[in-house]
Amino acid sequence: MIDMSLSPLRGQQTAEEILEPSPMSKLRRRIFKNHSFMIGAAILIVILVCALVAPLLAPHDPYELDLSKRLINPFWHDKKTDAEFMLGTDKIGRDYLSRLIYGAQISLLIGFSTILISGVIGTALGVTAGYFGGRVDMMVNFIINTRLAMPVFLVAMAAVVAFGASLHVVILVLGLFLWDRFAVVMRSITMQARDLDYVKAARAIGCSTPHIIIREIFPNVLSSLTVVATVEMANAILLEAALSFLGFGVQAPTPSWGLMLNEGREYMFFSPWLLALPGMGLFLLVLAINLFGDGLRDVTLERER
Amino acid sequence: MSAEKDIVLDVQNLKVDIPVSAGMLHPVRGISFSVARGETLCIVGESGCGKSLTSLALMGLLPKNAQRSADRINFLDQDIQNLKEREMARLRGVKMAMIFQEPMTSLNPSYTISNQLEEVYLRHISSNRAEARERAIFLLGKVGISSAESRLGQYPHQLSGGLRQRVMIAMALMCGPDLIIADEPTTALDVTIQAQILHLLAELQADFDMAMILITHDLGIVARVADKVQVMYAGLTVEEGPCEAVFDTPLHPYTSGLLRCIPVPGKTAPGQPLGTVPGIVPNMVGELQGCMFRNRCEHATDVCETLPNSATQLANGHAFTCRLSPDAATRSEGA
Amino acid sequence: MIAYALKRIFVAFLILLVVSGLTFSLSHLSADPALTIAGEQASDEDIEAVRKLYGFDRPIVEQYGNWLGRALQWDFGDSFHYKAPVVEMISGRIGTTMTLGFLAILFALVISIPLGTLAAMRPNSFIDRFALLIAVFGQALPTFWFALMMIIVFGVWWRWLPISGNTTWAHFVMPTIALGYYATPALMRLTRAGMIEVLGSDYIRTARAKGLSPTVVLFKHALRNAIIPVVALAAVWFGFMLGGSIVIETIFNLKGIGWLSYDALLRSDLPVVQAIVLIFASFYVVLTLLADLLNAYLDPRISVR
Repeated sequence: MIDMSLSPLRGQQTAEEILEPSPMSKLRRRIFKNHSFMIGAAILIVILVCALVAPLLAPHDPYELDLSKRLINPFWHDKKTDAEFMLGTDKIGRDYLSRLIYGAQISLLIGFSTILISGVIGTALGVTAGYFGGRVDMMVNFIINTRLAMPVFLVAMAAVVAFGASLHVVILVLGLFLWDRFAVVMRSITMQARDLDYVKAARAIGCSTPHIIIREIFPNVLSSLTVVATVEMANAILLEAALSFLGFGVQAPTPSWGLMLNEGREYMFFSPWLLALPGMGLFLLVLAINLFGDGLRDVTLERER
Repeated sequence: MSAEKDIVLDVQNLKVDIPVSAGMLHPVRGISFSVARGETLCIVGESGCGKSLTSLALMGLLPKNAQRSADRINFLDQDIQNLKEREMARLRGVKMAMIFQEPMTSLNPSYTISNQLEEVYLRHISSNRAEARERAIFLLGKVGISSAESRLGQYPHQLSGGLRQRVMIAMALMCGPDLIIADEPTTALDVTIQAQILHLLAELQADFDMAMILITHDLGIVARVADKVQVMYAGLTVEEGPCEAVFDTPLHPYTSGLLRCIPVPGKTAPGQPLGTVPGIVPNMVGELQGCMFRNRCEHATDVCETLPNSATQLANGHAFTCRLSPDAATRSEGA
Repeated sequence: MIAYALKRIFVAFLILLVVSGLTFSLSHLSADPALTIAGEQASDEDIEAVRKLYGFDRPIVEQYGNWLGRALQWDFGDSFHYKAPVVEMISGRIGTTMTLGFLAILFALVISIPLGTLAAMRPNSFIDRFALLIAVFGQALPTFWFALMMIIVFGVWWRWLPISGNTTWAHFVMPTIALGYYATPALMRLTRAGMIEVLGSDYIRTARAKGLSPTVVLFKHALRNAIIPVVALAAVWFGFMLGGSIVIETIFNLKGIGWLSYDALLRSDLPVVQAIVLIFASFYVVLTLLADLLNAYLDPRISVR
């Protein structure tokens, strides 16, 4: 019989197969080909950098008020505007551009701290439920369903009333609420991972439960965890803005975008840009986070395929 | 068989091409066959040899990105190649009907059996609901479903796989088609049910005097129902002919390899290993270069780097496409 | 099936019990309710008297028991501020909120089902990209900011629509769009995904093999199967939307129970807040319960687990 490995048949193997790229360069190419990931990441990096170097970037102190320079129009509204206040000033004469830049800081701070808290809670619950199953799973499921039944926004408002309105309270309340997706996703992924052969093998050779969870299951779920984190981060930022807008969130004079919308509301007829600008900031930030998350999901899903 | 057969379908040089990122995929590279009324043609081959796409190409149900071409596809003396989708739809279900591999998923879960049976009749034959219902009950009886009337009100999930395939067969017969194409109709079923369904198909085909194309990878099935056999490999016909001829004197090494894979009662001793055809179906991207089977063929030589210009024709319509002469093939078979 | 339904109903009740218990204790952690009722100028004796009168001096568990007992008889006590029965205040306004929620979900379905279906029929076509764009932008748009921008454009600049109140149908146009678009991305993505799956299914191939017209294949065989999960999700979103109604009703001065909860929180009017939380939670629980039971009915395998 002819040894097949010695007679590679030309024409039955395509150029594609011969020039098979390495997995790493494949992944890189997929990332660069994924427009939503690239656009999302680009906007996100710009906003992140702005927030980090806010003191260098902002032309003014966002808290410094000057009642003689109230409600100056932004540059496109009127040609006479000083270069000093490019985007105008608010109702008590604070530089709007500086407040917008510092507002990014607040939104990102809220977003990151919230997912830190909710991520820990949700992951702990989800992994526990998924790994142990049975009664533990039933209990966790009940907790998740109870949490879903709570009208988040209303209860968050009530909690802010109860504990006083401040940045810390808002972060804590949102963190204690927005863990449901983490728990649901982690639970199902852990359940699948638990049945993977190498996890079974780890258990068979007597690895301890925490060891299995941290060493064998966790690396598996990292990409899903990141995707969920982007969803919840966007969610937290929007909720904070809405809470602050209604006066149940961050308090003056903090430059939160939601609060700026609240303060600008009474001037919406004559100075609509007071509303347009912080909203654009929110929109862009959330859009970037969503695009980043969507792209990440597509890239990692493709890899698993 | 009479000399002037009533040819229902006559296909010449059918090709299916699918553009993919790596180039052009050629799952069907030009096959020809014809089938007459009352005749059963079996198309045999491994998964991936293009047999299912052949059936979809005949029905005009290829995926959107696939392209069909042929010298002719004459169905009831009409070339259906240039028919518009609307005109094709008037043939499908009426003149040509199809039975699929997966009875579990081929019925719509949201509608009752009667709804799905009757709708095809109502669309093509007449809008008389009572008539359609009568036909449905008649055919459910024909396909061996007892208490047909009570089954009509049921949903697919209330039926077993075997029953669903019977319903699918009844559905294909609703308008009394001239041609029935069955694509692996028994693969998804239990072995005992397989035999029943196969028997039923053969019986109905004779009963309704239809032409039937049965697509399968199971030579056991072929031996029982086929009049003609067409063995496909990598999108090409490697051997065709009357059932007995192909089974008794397989001429292409692939056919003989396949035949060695099935146990023969009385001949295969218990414990004796069955034959295998080593290797896998080759990549179907790009143009043909030589015999596609040569990397799996034990007789392959340098001459196999090119294909013969035409199939070697023997008496009685038996033909094969191989560089080896029929003598050499039969000789090596004995060795 | 019946055992499954009973179990689900029991769990639903349990969830409502826990939610109401949590909100009750949360609201009683906030500012002393006796102080709220007696008013800022009240003397210590007055406050003490109020505390005795309302039973605020009792243990919290006892207070909760009493409240729950009355709530089960459809009595949520009197508003601290308006001194009127909470049930009356809510029943007079719930119609507005229900109308808004219903219109909003209808708006979302009317947009998302046709668009999602068209996108699924021609993946990667212009219409598919357009639908994706709508979904991505819609997800990032803060509801309340969108509402404010609509007010500026349609209410202030062009004066097409009234911006406050709920006397005519025109008053509902902007609130409906603002609240409804919020659910559109999720519903559209589900329609598209479901439709793509269904269009690729074996029974659609069967329907085409039967020679049915493309219209019948699409509307009779495909849409019905693809739409069931969308309607189930819409029911769940209806529950979420009641939460969103707080911001929207406040912005448009639409005096439903969303607005009422905002007003009550401003005045620390606990009985009103507790009642509304319970109503929102009940809505969510009942709607998910119905969606689950519908799914179990359609797919008998679910209830066997």
